[in-house]
Amino acid sequence: MGSVAAAPVAKLIEEFNKLPGIGPKSAQRLAYHVLRAPREEAEALARAILDVKDRISFCSVCQNLTDIDPCAICASETRDHSTICVVEEPLDVLALERTRSYRGVYHVLHGVISPLNGITEDDIKLAELLGRVRAGGVQEVILAMNPTLEGDITLMTIERRIHREAPAIKVTRLARGLSTGSDLEYADELTLTRALEGRQPV
Amino acid sequence: MSGARVFKTEAVVLRQRPLGEADRILTLYAADLGKFEAAAKGVRRPGSRKAGHLEPLTYVALMLARGRNLDIITQAEARDTFLPLRADVQRLAAGLYVAELVDRLTVEHVEGYAIFRLLVETLARLATAANLDLVLRFFEVNLLAHAGYRPELRRCVICQAPLRPVTNRFSPAGGGVVCPDCTPPDSGLRPLSVTALKVLRLLQDGRYVEAAALRIGPALAAELEMHLRAYLRAYTDRDIASQRFLTALRRESAGTAPAPAVLS
Repeated sequence: MGSVAAAPVAKLIEEFNKLPGIGPKSAQRLAYHVLRAPREEAEALARAILDVKDRISFCSVCQNLTDIDPCAICASETRDHSTICVVEEPLDVLALERTRSYRGVYHVLHGVISPLNGITEDDIKLAELLGRVRAGGVQEVILAMNPTLEGDITLMTIERRIHREAPAIKVTRLARGLSTGSDLEYADELTLTRALEGRQPV
Repeated sequence: MSGARVFKTEAVVLRQRPLGEADRILTLYAADLGKFEAAAKGVRRPGSRKAGHLEPLTYVALMLARGRNLDIITQAEARDTFLPLRADVQRLAAGLYVAELVDRLTVEHVEGYAIFRLLVETLARLATAANLDLVLRFFEVNLLAHAGYRPELRRCVICQAPLRPVTNRFSPAGGGVVCPDCTPPDSGLRPLSVTALKVLRLLQDGRYVEAAALRIGPALAAELEMHLRAYLRAYTDRDIASQRFLTALRRESAGTAPAPAVLS
């Protein structure tokens, strides 16, 4: 199929095709869009791509992706540095920041422990978290893993580790229960059990 | 493919992997369909009606629609989520190991009533049993039998003579026990004690209640685990990924106790 298009175009199609969610047809459409676009636009795209690769690195404190080290949140004086919220992915930080109700700092693991896929605690940024805990000044660690089986395994493993390193630190997890706009009738038994356990006076 | 466009089944979720933005492909095991894959749409979105019912290690009643290459799950209701299994990392790790073994030792679309029953019973036992090791050994021996890899424990696999109550050798590649007469001096085969052989036979007879009543000391437990691990290794050709996690966990919680399977 690629042989019909000129070699540079075919190459571009091939590269787009590697992106998540982009199939061969979308890749062709994107490639021809770039081809027709003005040179400045194509340059801006190319530069933006190179910029993220060149200028973004891991924050030395929280392991989030950043262009300055430490990142804006870790460097901020208005945030509460004694509370660390541990998340799986950088996108989870954005989601929590959107709530505007969390004033502590973060730690990004960049993955979850997944025994079936052979991903162990050494493959995620857990040692860095334990380093922060050991360094002192931390009062609470909030484990904000996804409510999935792998999230649970990760959560239980981190809890054990922190407990061993520093038993005085409070370790909490996010509440688990019914989500806004959901339907009781369709809730699974695990969610309903947790929702009942975490019931609140009205 | 003929037949209805919508069908029902009951299955256990063995594993899942992401598909596109919000979907997952699940590997399931059902009594009538055996191992199969199906797509669960939208389960990675919050508020998905199905998501909580389709986590790995859930026994779930399903309604599926025939798709072009993958069947699509249209309704799901958990029959049993084995709740205590999810609250304890050791039990959870053992459950994942069980799911991985079923996935590895079975082929797709071959019905398996016995394996399905064993799987559901094992998950229920792992949720409550005090001795997880025994549950796992019972599961391993019986899964091997149902999957067509039943180790021969009554006769020598070489001379076919009934085994005598002496220390024999265990040969994973040979498919069972080798008697002392047939063991060459430098075979490298590991010795199988009389007690271990008896326990293996009891497990193979498939009566869990009797097996659960056994008191198995650490040395015997380690011997059983070592032989079965070698045997499974021989028939799954790759390492079992979740076994690493399981072993690491146990070593950690055992603290100073010697790690199992170091028996040489």
